[in-house]
Amino acid sequence: MMSRDVIDIKAETSELHTDKMWVIMGPQHPFSHGLWTLKARLDGEIVVDAEPIIGYLHRGWEKECENRTYPKIIPMADRLCYAASMTYTHLYCMTVEKALGIDIPEKAKYIRIMADEICRIQSHLMWLAAVGTDLGNLTVFLWAMREREFFMDLNVRMCGARMTTNFPRIGGVRNDIDDEFAMFASRCVERFEKAIWDIIAMIDDSSVFVSRMKGTGILSREQCANLGITGPAMRGTGVDFDVRRDDPYDNYDKMDFEVPVLKEGDSYARYMVRIEELFQSCKIIKQCLQKVKAIGRNAPYRLKVPSKVPAGRAFVRMEDPRGESMMYLISDGTDKPYRLKVRSPIFVNVSAAKPLVLGSRIADVPAVMAMIDMCLGETDR
Amino acid sequence: MAYSSILDWIQFKDVMSNPFYPFESYNLPFDLSYKIWELLGGLIAWLINLIFPGNGVSVWLMSDEISNVFALVVFMIIIFLVVFVVTLLSLWMERKVLGRVMDRRGTMIGLKGFMQCLADGFKTFLKENTIPRKVDKKTYLWTAALIIGTSALIACMIPLSDRWFVVNYGTGLLIIMALFALAPFFILVSGWAQNNKYSLIGGMRAAELMISYEVPMLIMIASTCLLAGSFNINDIVNMQGDTIWFFIPQIIGFITFIFCATAEAERVPFDIAEAEAELVEGWQTEYAGMKWGLIMLADYLRGYVSCAMVVIMYLGGWLIPFVSGGVNGWFPEIVFLLKVWSVFFIMIILRGALARVRTDQIVNIGWKVFMPLSVANLAVVLLLKLGGVF
Repeated sequence: MMSRDVIDIKAETSELHTDKMWVIMGPQHPFSHGLWTLKARLDGEIVVDAEPIIGYLHRGWEKECENRTYPKIIPMADRLCYAASMTYTHLYCMTVEKALGIDIPEKAKYIRIMADEICRIQSHLMWLAAVGTDLGNLTVFLWAMREREFFMDLNVRMCGARMTTNFPRIGGVRNDIDDEFAMFASRCVERFEKAIWDIIAMIDDSSVFVSRMKGTGILSREQCANLGITGPAMRGTGVDFDVRRDDPYDNYDKMDFEVPVLKEGDSYARYMVRIEELFQSCKIIKQCLQKVKAIGRNAPYRLKVPSKVPAGRAFVRMEDPRGESMMYLISDGTDKPYRLKVRSPIFVNVSAAKPLVLGSRIADVPAVMAMIDMCLGETDR
Repeated sequence: MAYSSILDWIQFKDVMSNPFYPFESYNLPFDLSYKIWELLGGLIAWLINLIFPGNGVSVWLMSDEISNVFALVVFMIIIFLVVFVVTLLSLWMERKVLGRVMDRRGTMIGLKGFMQCLADGFKTFLKENTIPRKVDKKTYLWTAALIIGTSALIACMIPLSDRWFVVNYGTGLLIIMALFALAPFFILVSGWAQNNKYSLIGGMRAAELMISYEVPMLIMIASTCLLAGSFNINDIVNMQGDTIWFFIPQIIGFITFIFCATAEAERVPFDIAEAEAELVEGWQTEYAGMKWGLIMLADYLRGYVSCAMVVIMYLGGWLIPFVSGGVNGWFPEIVFLLKVWSVFFIMIILRGALARVRTDQIVNIGWKVFMPLSVANLAVVLLLKLGGVF
C-alpha cells in the first residue's frame, strides 16, 4: 500500500524560510551515543548548518601511557573502545612488537585475528542496535543485543572476560584456545549466520526502514577522500580499500574473504556494507578455527619479550570495525614509551557530520549519524 | 418514621420507575450506581434517623430527586473507573506483548506484571511537581490539563454496549471526532508555551501530523455514517448486526482507518511529535512527575478511543456474529472490550515492527495514499448505497 515512490522522496527544501535557530543535541541527548554534541542550525526542520563538538570524555590517555611500562598499557588499550576492545589491544601489541622487531608465533596470529573478528561482529551488532533506536524501533535494538550476547559468551570462553578482555600480549596472546572453544565458536557462528537474517529481514523488507535510510546522508567519493573518512563509511561510497586486504597485518593475507563495496554513498549503502562485513567476519572466524586446529595443540602461542624497547619509532595501522586506526610509538630505550599517539577513525569520521546532515531534516540526523557509528572512548582518548 | 428497621430505608426500588430517570433506555451502570446509592444512602439515612428520629434529612436523602443526583455521582465514578482499568490493562498488554515481540519478558511485578502499571502511576504521583522557571505558566498547565481532560472525556463517552453508555446522542461519532481533534491544538500551544526548542518542534509536528491524517479520517467516518444512515453509535452498530459487519464492504477503509487511528493516537510509526531519537521527548519534554504520568495516561486513553472507533465503525461493536441480538445472555461489554484489545494488539505489533516515519513522509502518506484510498472507499460505499445493497 505504501508504495516506494510515495515515501521514498528525499527531504525537500522549501522557498519559505523561518527564523534560524540552533538546536544543541547532546551531550545528554538520546541521539548521541556517548558524550558528544551536535549543534544543528535549523530552518524550520531543515538543517542549514552543523557543528560537532567532542572532548567531553578526554581522559589524557596518551599522556598516561607515558608513565606506564609497556605491558601495563595493554588493559588501558582495552578501554579505548568498549564495543571492540580487542582491536585496540591488538593494535598496541603489534606496534610494540614492530618496535621490538620480533615476529610472533603463527598460532597467536590466528587467535588474534579471530579475536578481532569476534569484536568486529560485536561492534557491528552494537551499531545495529543503535540504528534501531535512532529510527524509533526497539525490537531491532533488543534482537541485535541478544545476538551480541552470544559473542560475549564466546569472549568469556576465550579469555574469561566479556568486554574489556585484556587478551593479546606483547609477543602473542594470553592463553591458548581449547577444543571446547573451537566447538562453541563454530556453533555460535553457524547459529548467528542464520539468526541475523531475522534482523535483516525486519529492516530490509520494511519500506519504512528502507525509506528512512535510502537517499539520506549522501557522501561522494571526493568528499570522503577530503575528509579522511575510513572504514565501512568509506566503502559505502565506492572506495575499494581495506587494510586487512591491501596492507595485511598478522595473517590476514592467508585468509579468504571479500571486501564489500557499494557505490551509492547513502546511509543504506553504509548499512549494507556493515551487514555484509558481519558475514565476512564469520567466514574469517571459521577459517581461523581450522588453521589453529591444523597447527596443533602444543604449538607456542606467546614469546618472551624484553621489557625494554630499543630506541626508535614504530607505526602500525589496522582495520578497526569503525575504520582505520593507527598507533605511532616513539621509544627512548627505557621500559616506558616516550610517546604513544593514537589515530582514532571516529575522531576523523566525525568531521563528516556537517556535510552529512546539511540539507536533511532534523528527523534524519540521528539516522544519518548512526551510520558513522560513534564511539567516544577512542575519539576523545 | 421513629426508630425503624434498616430495611425500611434500603428498598432497592426499580430505577426506571424513578420519575427523574435521566436516560431514555435502560442503563446498566446507572442501575448499578442507583443500587449502590440506595445501599449507602439508606445506611446513612437509617443512622441519622437513629440519632434524630423523625427528622426530614433522612427522608430527603432517600427521595427520588436526591437519589438520582447522588446516583449520578456514583455513575460518573463507575464509568471513569472502568475506563481507567481498561486503559491500565491496555498498558499492561502493550508491555507484555511488546516484551514478547522483543524476545524479553515484559514487566514482571505482581499479577503477571500488571502491578507495574500501578507502581509507575504511584511513583509519578510521589514525584516533585516541578515547573521550569521560564515557561508560560498558565498556558503550560492549562494545555496539559485540557489534553488530559479531553482525552478522559472522550474515553468515557465511548459506549461499551447499548446498555452501557453516558449519553446516547444523535451525532455520537462526530462529537467524539471533534473532541479527538482538539488535542493537537493544545499540543501546539503547549509546545510553544514551554520555552524549549524540542517542545516547539514537537508541537509543530503535531500540527503537521494532524493535517495529514485528519481529512482522510473524516472522509472514512462519513462513509461509515453514510452506510449506516446515521451518526448515532447505536444505530451504526445495530445496522452492522442487521446486515454485515462494515469491514467487509469497506475493507479499504478498514485498513486505512487502522493506520489513521494509529496516527490519531500518536503511536509508532506516527509518533513524530514525541520522537525521542531527535527531540528528547518532543512536546512532553518539560512536563515532569505527575503531569507527565497523566499525559502518558491520556496517550493510552486516546489509544483506547482509537481502537474503540475502529471496533464501532467496522467490527460490529458489541455484537457477536451468528447470534441474533447478541446482547441477551452474553456480556456485550466484554465482547466490545475484547474486540478493542484485539485492535490494540495490531497496534502493538505495528509498534514492534516498524520504524518512525519522517515528517515529510507522513504528509506524503496522508495526502497521496490515505486520501485517495479514503475517497475510493467513499466511492465504493456510494455505489453500494445507490445499488440498494444497504
